Amino acid sequence: MDEARLRALTPTVIAVLGRRGADFAAAEDAVQDALVEAVRVWPRDPPQDPKGWLVTVAWRKFLDASRADTARRNREERVEAEPVPVPGDAVDDTLQLYFLCAHPSLTPASAVALTLRAVGGLTTRQIAQAYLVPEATMAQRISRAKRTVSGVRLNRPGDVATVLRVLYLIFNEGYSGDVDLAAEAIRLARQVAGMTGHEEAAGLLALMLLHHARRPARTGPGGRLVPLAEQDRALWDTRLITEGVAILQAALARDRLGEFQAQAAIAALHADAPAAEETDWVQIVEWYDELVRLTGNPVARLNRAVAVGEADGPRAGLAALAELDPALPRHTAAAAYLHERDGDLATAARLYADAAQAASNLPERAHLTRQAARLNARLRGPA
Amino acid sequence: MAKYLLLKHYRGAPEAVNDVPMEQWTPEEISAHVQYMEDFTARLEATGELVVGHQALSPDGMFVRYDGEGRPPVTDGPFAETKDLIAGWTVIDVESRERALELAAELSAAPGAGGKPIHEWLEVRPFLTEPPTITE
Repeated sequence: MDEARLRALTPTVIAVLGRRGADFAAAEDAVQDALVEAVRVWPRDPPQDPKGWLVTVAWRKFLDASRADTARRNREERVEAEPVPVPGDAVDDTLQLYFLCAHPSLTPASAVALTLRAVGGLTTRQIAQAYLVPEATMAQRISRAKRTVSGVRLNRPGDVATVLRVLYLIFNEGYSGDVDLAAEAIRLARQVAGMTGHEEAAGLLALMLLHHARRPARTGPGGRLVPLAEQDRALWDTRLITEGVAILQAALARDRLGEFQAQAAIAALHADAPAAEETDWVQIVEWYDELVRLTGNPVARLNRAVAVGEADGPRAGLAALAELDPALPRHTAAAAYLHERDGDLATAARLYADAAQAASNLPERAHLTRQAARLNARLRGPA
Repeated sequence: MAKYLLLKHYRGAPEAVNDVPMEQWTPEEISAHVQYMEDFTARLEATGELVVGHQALSPDGMFVRYDGEGRPPVTDGPFAETKDLIAGWTVIDVESRERALELAAELSAAPGAGGKPIHEWLEVRPFLTEPPTITE
């Protein structure tokens, strides 16, 4: 059994322990310990029933921990006396765990960490590596998060949107270290979409698949950023695109549009163009209009302005951009791009250099500096 | 082993020899520079001398200080002149001071305009360490 399939059992096993009376924090710790043991033992002694094995071992770990904790003696007697599972729906319990980990009382960073551990089954060390913080720091973040939600009673379903936002954050971090956070986010989104049947969960899953499909084309040698228009589309993963489009179409057919479906629709239109110049920008602008209507998000407005520049010409794009706050992230980069399209290379070169200074990550800074350099070389004329 | 900070900033240091702003290089020269920096980090990792690979800072910062009980922090900035700022740093753990200087010089040789070394000035600062167990 591979590691992802093992980790996929995590929320179910936590839920079983919960039904037997274990509180969330203790159940989560016990299941982590059981996962570590599974990784150690299974390669030479694989169990017939992986889930049953994990439940048994996690329950034993939980009892050991309770016994060791004298302050919990009273509860220990109670749980040892009643090891009979309370009947409950396994799918509902797993879903409740997602809601708990994405609870609005948690900060986004805490919700992300707790989700990766309690429903993703990743170790604290793996999560710490992925977010480039010391393991002790991540351990504190997770245990504080567990304390924050320890008093939460979930007797009615939570808001799916909170869970989707957390998964979106995980996906957008891309990946660093051993753990592929994008792949992990896709796995979790697939589970949530399957359990809830929610249109926006499907929309988010489609959005992730469509962007993940472009990953092989997104970076060039030395990690350099390759913009969408210059990507080698033959490198796009057509299997992921096909799946993403099918999931999106089924969601859209139910006529309950949301922001993730709208974003996925834009990604699907890009995926649909055999070459950058065949992109259906008019339809993309229409989807950005929907997105702006649904969210009012200034970043969506900025992207819309760039799309308008493609659909109706750079002057129209610059006019749309002029209505937005210049302090928006990537505003200067968008202006540089539109000025270049408009033929004003000197302004574009200056703005690209300014945008490089404002970039929030190194590949983007290098990319924008390279754009400025390219235009400056043209302005100098042939050497 | 001793840890050293290799600090890249422009405060007080003389001008670099090949001091052309990056946006005036050719795109190929920029790629070569980025590649050189990555190779440098990879070499340090391979020799077991890397502590923290190159960390770059955004120029979008400011000074801040405490302004008394119940008052919001006082800020000064953002800075008008980015040339005064710390641009980034690397931390190495090496056998000797000579080795630290050798590596800093290697980093300073990163190619710039015309593919020629920038000869950029770097500040090399030893870390203060934990006290030794045996002192007598």
